[in-house]
Amino acid sequence: METILVSLGAGLLQAFEPLNLFMIFAGCLAGLFVGCMPGLGSVNGVAILLPITFLVPPTAAIIFLAALYYGAMYGGAISSITLGIPGASTAVATVFDGRPMAQQGKADQALMAAAIASFIGGTVSIVLFTLFAPPLAAFALKFGPQEEFALMLLAFATFIGLGGDDIPKTIFSILLGLVLAAVGFDIISGQPRLIFFDMVEFQRGIGFLVLAIGIYGVGEMLWTLETTNGKVQMHNVKITWSRIRSNFGQVREYINSTWLGSVLGFFVGTLPAAGATPASLMSYGLSKTFSKDPDSYGKGNISGVAAPEAANNAASTGSMLPMITLGIPGSPTTAILLGGMIIWGLRPGPLLFTESPDFVWGLIGSMYVANLVTVLLNIALIPVFIRVLAMPFTLLTPIIFVLCVLGVFATTDRMFDTWIMLIIGVVGYLMRKLNYPVAPAVLAIVLGPLAERSMRQSLIGSQGDVTTFVTRPISLVCIMIAIALVSYPIVKKILRKRAAEA
Amino acid sequence: MTVRTAELLMAIATLILSLGLMLSIYTDGLRIDWVEGRGPGAGVWPFWLSAGMAAASVWTLVRWYRGQTPESRSYDPYVSRETVFLVLVSATSLLVLLIMMNIIGTYLSLIAFMFFYVRILGRHTWPMTVGFMLGTPIAVYLLFEVALTKYLPKGLPIFEEGFLWIDNLRYEWFY
Repeated sequence: METILVSLGAGLLQAFEPLNLFMIFAGCLAGLFVGCMPGLGSVNGVAILLPITFLVPPTAAIIFLAALYYGAMYGGAISSITLGIPGASTAVATVFDGRPMAQQGKADQALMAAAIASFIGGTVSIVLFTLFAPPLAAFALKFGPQEEFALMLLAFATFIGLGGDDIPKTIFSILLGLVLAAVGFDIISGQPRLIFFDMVEFQRGIGFLVLAIGIYGVGEMLWTLETTNGKVQMHNVKITWSRIRSNFGQVREYINSTWLGSVLGFFVGTLPAAGATPASLMSYGLSKTFSKDPDSYGKGNISGVAAPEAANNAASTGSMLPMITLGIPGSPTTAILLGGMIIWGLRPGPLLFTESPDFVWGLIGSMYVANLVTVLLNIALIPVFIRVLAMPFTLLTPIIFVLCVLGVFATTDRMFDTWIMLIIGVVGYLMRKLNYPVAPAVLAIVLGPLAERSMRQSLIGSQGDVTTFVTRPISLVCIMIAIALVSYPIVKKILRKRAAEA
Repeated sequence: MTVRTAELLMAIATLILSLGLMLSIYTDGLRIDWVEGRGPGAGVWPFWLSAGMAAASVWTLVRWYRGQTPESRSYDPYVSRETVFLVLVSATSLLVLLIMMNIIGTYLSLIAFMFFYVRILGRHTWPMTVGFMLGTPIAVYLLFEVALTKYLPKGLPIFEEGFLWIDNLRYEWFY
């Protein structure tokens, strides 16, 4: 415990270094902006702005992106409440009660509840993160390639079991991401693979950023243009400082839902691939289940805003835990962060705590500061962001497209990748319209090289004996959980059928 | 085209893609089995994953046939007329931007791109249009070329030389 406190103290000091503090402010601000923009979420913000972070040292870069992630979680609620359009999928549950509250002229109450719940959720999860990260990292040091591969399987299985999407389409999405990750030279034999139409450009492979920006930048924008028909409707939001002050008194009404969402969100967030969206939806559902007045949910209950907001913030921190300690991202955003860490020359995983303690504790320290900065910025800037939200799509769309194109080009220095980005964006949009989930593909393209390497290392080590994956206890447990997760939707279906028959 | 037809066509397209990937790996001569003394061949991973993609596509086709997916039961238009314009214009404008970047370079393309969105599509005022047309390339230049030292595409030599003049001017003034 003492070691944790000393390391945390050092991390906090690092967070207060001028450059890092500036990055926290910039990240929180950018995140709030990105989060509240319909069509953009933390994943889009991190993907689009990742190339910009190559200018600063890795610690400052991850602090900026983590702060952006935080800010986006806060910001997502703003457009959910005022426009009824979730700024990101993580803020979908916030719409259920936030929108009716805004329509009743209580947008300020809803926005304040979202900010305070986000702050509590964020703080609870950072404390849990601080306590759990080092022991989990120590445990993870026992991992060999077999365990690594089993963990990857677990990550993919979570998407299939808990994602709630069409199962064959989810499987297709995961496998497509893994195959796209295999384009280029084979990591072990050096042989070229999947060089489409003999184009030499494919020899360098398809970067995860190209896929991520294509899907979350271009594809998401096309999706939003379609769903909003290019028109964003504003609601009259009355916000005055005296009303903001008086809204603090309401905290007691939603504190229980907030605690529930905070703890639940953290643990759901740590599950690979579960992330903030299922966390916020589960938190909303549980809050409604335990409420004394469940009928008022969906009609403007303030707890219905607080519960998902606390959960999505807690989950955003929770999802960083497996990313930092195991090298397994817990959400699409952390998948991109993971890719960024690899680009910066770091190797996420258990060794990160021993090889780069400054980086890890600097990040943890910055989370405490970022949480405080974001809530203050959020409350202060609510009136400003409401004005920005009125920006028409004819101004917003070109800015986002330009950021996408230049973001991809700046990362790879190849126009070829911008073409791939456009194709992926359009195809991703068309597939999304048919309920093909896109997040698993992004996760898979990041994890693909790691998964292939660990699988082949395991098999080479065992002389081709596939039982090597089930003879090691940790690997076996992971595989069993993965099987359970994949079976879960089928079991659920059978149980439902039986209950209906009974 | 209805959503139901679109789902069928998409599943067929994904199946063809998967089989095409498998064929590509096979015809490239990559080993898709165990190589004695070297472990799994270079083609094992992508080949069998592509086979999995093909299986998932067939599964989707079966579900479509049985009407088990919400999309297979939907006769709504896949892309409605109201939205097809917006989506088509956005995707095409991005396509044109990429083509123009190769011909007239990034900055002139950005000016034209902003003019199209802000003035033609958005019908905003001239001061705002000019603000965006000039502000965007200047911001991009300062961020990418000055701060990040990234050399963005300048197009054909005639346009590239024009920008070299600006770069020289910057170096003469500031360095």
